[in-house]
Order: sequence, then structure tokens, then C-alpha cells
Amino acid sequence: MPYESVIGLEVHIQLSTATKIFCNCPAQFGAQPNTQVCPVCMGLPGALPVLNEKVIEFAISLALASNCRINPCFLFARKNYFYPDLPKGYQISQFDLPFCEQGHIGFETAAGLFTVAIRRIHMEEDAGKSVHAESYVAADETLIDLNRCGVPLLELVTEPDFRQPEQASAFLMYLRQLVRYLGICDGNMEEGSLRCDANVSLRPRGSAELGTKTELKNMNSFRHVERAIAFEIERQQNLLRRHEPVMQETLLWDAAHQVAQPMRSKEYSHDYRYFPEPDLTPGRVTPGQIDKVRARMPELPLAKKTRYIETLDLPAYDAAVLTDDIRIAEYFETLCRHVEDKKLASNWVMGEVLRALKEQDVEIDQLKMTPESLAGLLQQVEKGAISHTLAKKVFAESLATGTDPVVLMQQQGLSQVTDESALTDIIQDVLKQHPAELADYRAGKEKLFGFFVGQVMRASGGRADAKKVSELLRTRLSK
Amino acid sequence: MNVAFSDFDAIKKSLTQGELNCADLTQMYLDYIRQGAQVNAFISVFDEQAPGRAMDIDRKRRHHKAGPLAGMVLAIKDNLVMDQGRTTCGSNILQSFTSPYDATVIQKLTDADAIFIGKTNMDEFGMGSSNENSAFGLVRNPHDGQYVPGGSSGGSAAAVAAGFCTAALGSDTGGSIRQPAAFCGLVGLKPTYGRVSRYGLVAFASSLDQIGPLTRSAGDCAELLQVISGHDIRDATSMDEPVPEYASFLRRDVTGLRVGVPGEYFDEGVDAGVQKSVKAAIGFLQQSGAQVVDISLPHTPYAIAAYYIIANAEASANLARFDGARYGFRAKAPSDLEALYVKSRSQGFGAEVKRRIMLGTFVLSSGYYEAYFGKAQKVRTLIRQDFARAFEKADLLLAPTCPTTAFRIGEKLDDPLTMYLSDIFTVSVNLAGLPALSVPCGKDQQGLPIGLQLIGNHLQEGGCLRVADFLQRHYPPSAPSEYIPSAAGKNDKEAL
Repeated sequence: MPYESVIGLEVHIQLSTATKIFCNCPAQFGAQPNTQVCPVCMGLPGALPVLNEKVIEFAISLALASNCRINPCFLFARKNYFYPDLPKGYQISQFDLPFCEQGHIGFETAAGLFTVAIRRIHMEEDAGKSVHAESYVAADETLIDLNRCGVPLLELVTEPDFRQPEQASAFLMYLRQLVRYLGICDGNMEEGSLRCDANVSLRPRGSAELGTKTELKNMNSFRHVERAIAFEIERQQNLLRRHEPVMQETLLWDAAHQVAQPMRSKEYSHDYRYFPEPDLTPGRVTPGQIDKVRARMPELPLAKKTRYIETLDLPAYDAAVLTDDIRIAEYFETLCRHVEDKKLASNWVMGEVLRALKEQDVEIDQLKMTPESLAGLLQQVEKGAISHTLAKKVFAESLATGTDPVVLMQQQGLSQVTDESALTDIIQDVLKQHPAELADYRAGKEKLFGFFVGQVMRASGGRADAKKVSELLRTRLSK
Repeated sequence: MNVAFSDFDAIKKSLTQGELNCADLTQMYLDYIRQGAQVNAFISVFDEQAPGRAMDIDRKRRHHKAGPLAGMVLAIKDNLVMDQGRTTCGSNILQSFTSPYDATVIQKLTDADAIFIGKTNMDEFGMGSSNENSAFGLVRNPHDGQYVPGGSSGGSAAAVAAGFCTAALGSDTGGSIRQPAAFCGLVGLKPTYGRVSRYGLVAFASSLDQIGPLTRSAGDCAELLQVISGHDIRDATSMDEPVPEYASFLRRDVTGLRVGVPGEYFDEGVDAGVQKSVKAAIGFLQQSGAQVVDISLPHTPYAIAAYYIIANAEASANLARFDGARYGFRAKAPSDLEALYVKSRSQGFGAEVKRRIMLGTFVLSSGYYEAYFGKAQKVRTLIRQDFARAFEKADLLLAPTCPTTAFRIGEKLDDPLTMYLSDIFTVSVNLAGLPALSVPCGKDQQGLPIGLQLIGNHLQEGGCLRVADFLQRHYPPSAPSEYIPSAAGKNDKEAL
């Protein structure tokens, strides 16, 4: 019997707010253990949570980007379970009346456009970390780092709309791009800023009923997500073919062995006993708050890419590269405001700019070349005032010195020589200096033409317009 | 008059006239605490810190820089965190816990130049009505050592009643300030939910808990409330409402005040002596110009059940943090993580706390949530509506604080249900988030104090203080009169 796989994702998005969700501790990654803590996030007796308004702002922007319906009144709930890195013995999360519901996100897969329905997005606090594997931890110890306690998360839950692992991983990649566009998460899967669980079940093709699902955890890269889901589909398929039941359970992806292993049932069979969080009053979102965020929303990645192709007439490849990172796209768009030839601008950003970023290992806002400066240089290229080769040299020197490229051109007299009389003088000199080659050429050794062009270019210090030089030289030699 | 039993008004007068200073006053209280050790009102006594602090305050007074509570020596219930001493909540699981920070109310009282004399005994985590559920031993009622002082703020009430301090702070989740105030003959106020910041109050039931004063007089209550009230950005449930001048409600009459009497609070379960005294006080108020109105709170019979479901559900989560992993008591040699939890919590918590954690866990469990917690939330709404309707007809409600006076030590210890039922007149107020105050209104035949409860509408603490102050000044009169309800609660026609 042919089976159809049914896949849904739960994605935890760690928000890049300056402070934590319920206290004023910094929310940054990488500090010394237990240094970014206070009575509130340590869950000390008597301490109380107060909601960070920035989290609502971030949640609104993701709600808008995923076309969700924002609940005018939302509730926090306590999710109860015991774990040493959960200092209150419950996580403040949402259950009934989450932040927003019923949205959808369109994105591209290898097979074309795909739209996944979003069930809900809710806010919650992150837990701390149990540390086992560090050099300072003895074999029989577990230490607890509470720095991450209270770092804000948005949990996005999709409907089980994916049919192939590739769709799920493509969605996750798009979601990563989206949250980075919105500036709400750095999208770093290895550091855990973006965490993904997958629900997988199989059913006979054509059936409307859902089969028994399993939950996959511990996949910390796009590739792992894809592989783990593929593994699980195959595992379930084999079970069903042998007429064995699929158990509802949670499996951990073991990347080293490329297998998903069931967790001990004790570790996940929780009754979380959700109930409304009495320490926080029901939250309200006003249309005014939503409008304020809407006004600052960036153009979303898919829309931007489509516009680059359709309006700027760029190849799909260029559009994909340029829109991958919103800061690159913004750089490119500023450049485009001053440069007529969009393909020229695209080539330069994809070529020189991205290469420079890679070589210098910097972000684009740290690059010593504003899009306005680069635009000045490209305008000279467009006018034919400087050759591509020279322009690239100027670009490199400008990056190194921080001097504006056009200023550099002027200082070094690097603007292209197109003046015919000047070029004719140079040609005259070159021919005079190479009588033997001239004689050979005249005797039929025509490939020496290139030699003369090269000599003229060199004599002009590279500033001569090569096209013009060829023209003039051909006329001169044919005499 | 013994200054240890004076209210703050009298103390201030003595201080101003130079008959007394804070250092001597504090020393006197410390002596009394030592002499009255059998009361067991305190878990920690600040005998090292308090005298120095008192001298500092005396210095400030000499320079006329002292705050409004200079000379008030306070006992603090041991579920309010302070960055000095331990905060135990009356529990073994926190027997050596020290807090790195002060509760908001402690900060406010410190800023107002109050002196702290110690942390008081209490039912473990506030769970109890007799102060017999403490890991630090039971507390005796200063009026008669064979009787309980009430709970859970039993240590705070006993400390004030025994002359160990000027006043005390307690916390009230279902009556834990008012009932011990009634049993010990004091004024005890549970403010409107959100009036006083809960930041630094170790939570029992977050949606019900409120901090409040236990004092000798309504005037002292007003002064303390003035200092501890107000919005706190660290407590999302604290109300951002202006704090009135509570003293302005004192020394007033009761003319024209509409006083509602809920019939459901005078049923056959109430002791005859209590009934008689409360009705006499109501009669006196009527004589003094108040208008008495019969009202009904029809959902009262469901209040206890709803309260014990909601309070225990919240407590089951609030007490989850005491797991032996990070602070507090940890059992020795657990074999694994689960054993660490099970052993630490089994050994660290007392029987009543464990009972309530189990009840609270049960009512939130999958499959039972709607039948218990969901239903209780609905009852809570109905109880709120009962009060809202009552306050259309009355400015203030009057009722007994408790169905009985203090009971004997051990009397109800083996019967938790009877113990729970003794909260019948106090829990509704917490479910509705209203302010309520207990003021003495006489004594029973054993000479034990009887408490009259004044229930105000939201933020109407002033009204409660006004009537309490009036009664304390003018009652009992020479010839007590008695109010007889006209089929109270059956109809709403105005009585008499």
C-alpha cells in the first residue's frame, strides 16, 4: 500500500531582545554561567514576572509576517514539570488564547511555491541549561547555568501540511530568513536560537485520517531536520509494511549515527497541568500597537525576490543571492537608487562586495564602502569614464584606505583616456619604439595586434579605453 | 498603661514628649519576647540588628529627619523575604534559606523608618487556620495559652496581642490575617487584591494572596496601609491607582452609611455568642446613624470548595520550585534526580502542605481540569457578581469574621475538613479580591475575642477603617442594643 507522510513542525524562535521576557537581565548568549540572572529569572521565592513589552512588538511582527489573526486578549499559562534547569518548576508559556492563530506562510521549494498553514504562535520563556560536557564538570556532576532562563521565545506551530522532508527543511530555511528580516532572531541553529521539533505520521495515500504520530527532537541543522524526518518516514513505513503499530513516542535524532532513538517514556510522558498564570494579568494588543509595527515592517523575502525578478529584471539566481540577507538587499537597493544598470549593480554586490565581506569576515554595515560611495564609482563605470578592471582596483584600494573611490580616481588621475588625439600620440610613440614588431606585423604576423594594444594600455598606465585603442590602432596599421 | 500594649498613636505621643525613645521601646519588646517565649510567636528575633536600628532612628528623630513610621516596631510574617535573617515560611524545606533581596513592602517600611523586631511563626507556607502546621512549633494564643491564635498569620497576631511589637504584617490568602486578628482581639486588614505589592511575598496562591497589617487600632492599620500601598512595577498584578489619605477616614461618624448584612453569614453554624456580639455591634451602628440593609450572597455555600480548589491548584505550582536542586533543604544521598525530588520534598514539606500539593495537582490533571479547576473559576465569577450586586445596595458589608472564637490547640488538627470550614466567612472576600477588615467586637464566655468583619468594595479600605475606628472609639456602649435581621438573605427589603 502506498503511504503518504504527514509532517508538522514546532519551531522555537529565540528573540533577540536586549533583556529577558520577565525581568531586566540581559538576554545575550555566551556570558559566564549564572552571571545574567536575578531573583525573577532564578525563580527565587517571592519574585514575580513582569512582561517585557518588546516581546509583544516582536510577536506582532511575526504574526503579521505569517498572516495570523492576533488575539486582542491573550493569556499566559503555567506549564508544570520538574527539571533542575527550570527553576520555578513551571514554564510560563501560553495555552488557551495564544498570541495569534490561523495564519499561513508561502515559500519556495525546489518544486515551486508552497504554502503552509500556521496553527498558532505563542510567547514563552526559555529554560536554563544543564551542563554535563564541559571540562569543569566532574563525571558524576551536572551543573546548572541559569543565564538562558527567561530568554524570550516564540513558538510557531504549523499545521501538518508538509508531505516531504524537503518541504519541511525548505520552510525552516525560509522561516530563518524571515525572522532575520524582521530582526527578531539571529536564526543561529547551532547556538539554539532556532530550534525545531517535527511531528511525523504516515497514512494510506488518499486517506483523510491521520496516523499515529511520533515527535522528533534534537535536530540542530537544516540537514538534520531533513534527514531525521526521512529516517522516521522510512522507519514508520517499515513498521506498517510488517503490520506492526507505530507507537506514539518522542524520538531523539542522533546525528552521529544518523538514527532517531526513542526517549525513555518517563522523560516525556508529562501531564503539564496547564492553567492560567495568576502572576500576569491578561495581555491586550491594541490596533494602534499593531499599526505601529506594521508601519515598520520590511518587505518580506519572497516578495522582495519576486520584485527583483519582475521589476528589476534580474535573473532568479541574482535575486536569490541578493535577498538572502536583508542587509545585503538593503545595500543593493540603496545602490540601485543611484545606478541605472541594475545588472551592473547586482554583479558588483554579488561579486566585489560579497567577496570583500568574506575576505574581511565582516558584516555589511562594517564594510568601509557605503552603497552611496560604490554608486559613485559605478556611475563612472556606466559613463565609461573608468574601465571595469580599473574600477575593481579602485574599489579594493578604497576598501583598504577608506578613501571614497571617486576621490581616489581623481587623486590618481585614473579616469579613462578616451580622447582620440591623446591616444593617437601614445600609439605613435609605441609604434616608433617597436620598429621590428611593426615590420613583422606588416609582413603578415597579424597576431602582433594584441601586442600593440597591450603596449598602448601599458603606456597609458591602464587608463586607455581598450575599445577605442583597438579601433584607432586598426585604422593606423591599415594605412 | 503599659507602653508595650499601646498603639502607635500613643507611642508617637510619648516619643514626642521625650518620655520614650525607640531604643528603650525596642529593648522592652525584646525583653517581652524573651519572657513570653512559650507563645512561640517568632521564628527569628532580630535581637542583634533591631537595637542598632532603633538608635539610628532616634538619631534621625533628633535631627527631625525621621520617617512617618519612626517608633513603630514591627514583626514580619516569615513568608516576606528580607535580606537579613532567614525566610522560612514555617517550613523545613526553607529552614536555612536566606533571601538576597527585600520584599517591596519591606523596602517601603524601611524607607518610612520602621524598626523590624523579627520574623513571625506561621502555618507552613500559609496553609492552616490555627498555626499548628509550623515546622517551628505551634503558637499559643496570648489570651489563653490553651487556645490557638488562628492562622496562618498566627505568629504575627500573637506577637501584637502579647506586646512583643507595635504592629505586624501578615498575609491573607483565605483569611490568614482576619481570622488570627479575630482570635487575638486585633484589627487585621486584607487589602484589595493589587493594593499592596506582592513582590517578595513567598506565594501560596498568587491570585488570592495579599499582604496586610495586624494592629491594635484602626488608626495604626491606616498608617501602615498608607506606607505599604501603591503600584509596584515589579508586580504585574498591583493596581496603578492613587492611594487615598487613609487617616482621613478616621474620627468620623457613620451617619448615612449603608451597611449590608448578608443573611448567609448568620446561619446555624455560627456560635450563638458570636452571633450575639456581631448583631449587637450592628445594632449599635444602626443606632449611631448607619442604615442597615439585608443583602444576600447566594453563592456563599460554594465558596469553600472553590477556594480550596483554586488555592491548592496555584499552590501546587508555586511550591514546585522547592525541589532541593538549587536552594533550601536537600535530602541526603539521593540515588538519582527523581529520588532527589521525591526525598527532598517528602522530608522537607509538612503533612498539610503535601496534602494540598496533591489536591492541587489532582484538580489540574488532564481529564479533571474542567470538572474541578474550570468549575471553581466559574464559581469565583459568580461570587464576584454576588458582591457586585450587594454593593449596589450597601457601602459596606458586615459579618462575623469566623463562625467561632479561637478553638483549643489540637481540637481540629485531625480533621482537616472541619478546619477548612472554619474559613467559611473569609475566603469569599479573597475570591472576589475585595478589602476586608476584622475588628474586635466583644468577647465570648471564656473571655476569648470575637471579630467583626467589615467587607468593602474594591479599593474601599477607607470605609472599613472608618467603621472599625468608629467602633473602637465608641463601642461597646453602656447599653448594647441588638440588631435583629428580618429573614435575612431571603429578601432584600431594607431591614428595620
